[in-house]
Amino acid sequence: MLETQQTPLTEDGVRAIVREELTRAFKKDKAGRRASLISSKGTLDWAYPPLILATAAAAAGMETAVFFTFYGLNVIHKDFEKRLQVSPVGNPAMPMPIPMADVFTGMPGMKSVATGMMKSKFAKKGVASIRELIDVALESEVRLIACQMTMDVFDFSQDDFLDGVEFGGAAAFLSDARKSHVTLFI
Amino acid sequence: MTAIAEDKVLDARGLLCPMPVVKAGKEMRGMTEGQILKILATDRGAIADFPAWAEDTGNELMHWQEESDGSLVFFMRKGEED
Repeated sequence: MLETQQTPLTEDGVRAIVREELTRAFKKDKAGRRASLISSKGTLDWAYPPLILATAAAAAGMETAVFFTFYGLNVIHKDFEKRLQVSPVGNPAMPMPIPMADVFTGMPGMKSVATGMMKSKFAKKGVASIRELIDVALESEVRLIACQMTMDVFDFSQDDFLDGVEFGGAAAFLSDARKSHVTLFI
Repeated sequence: MTAIAEDKVLDARGLLCPMPVVKAGKEMRGMTEGQILKILATDRGAIADFPAWAEDTGNELMHWQEESDGSLVFFMRKGEED
């Protein structure tokens, strides 16, 4: 009998087979090549993480989608340059040129000062602008999806958003997310 | 080390994350399997990012080194398109 002549499987042999099968299965698993992110914040600093991760994911060959919800809608609004600002109020981690009491950081005009400071600092250091990152995202076929429910709440229309933006809801995100190993709420 | 003959050069000096990887991806898409892209960078994050990116994309990071001025050089060989 042929079967009785085969060498019995050793533990190492079984491990090798399992490893090989897993590698094969992992290559076929499309979810490893998909990322679904949520962008929920509408300030200049928080516009960066979802766009950086999405463009990096696309550069690594991943099918990538970003859902913009609540204040995150600011990021893909046609007026994102004006709408994305940053405020030192309530953010003790924000570096200021000179130490400032909270009562001063809350004064009128401080928001635009802080926003201008962050933009020029980022540009000086060589960080891409939000516009560049959005352009790269659209160029590299990252899907930018606006949450229809929060659009309705904030009285936005589809025309308020950048060309190329899609529209969807929670079910659309979940359908994407369940096919993605990378899902992040930002 | 023996000199690696590159087919293309990407100057990503002065750019920060994620732009070196984004630009490298764009360059590599226009290249054929086996061709070599030489990438110049100053972003220290690239030391971790390019090996990880190569693993994810099936390209091969053949070699990297730091120059005397602190800038970084990476040699990336284009892998099989999938």
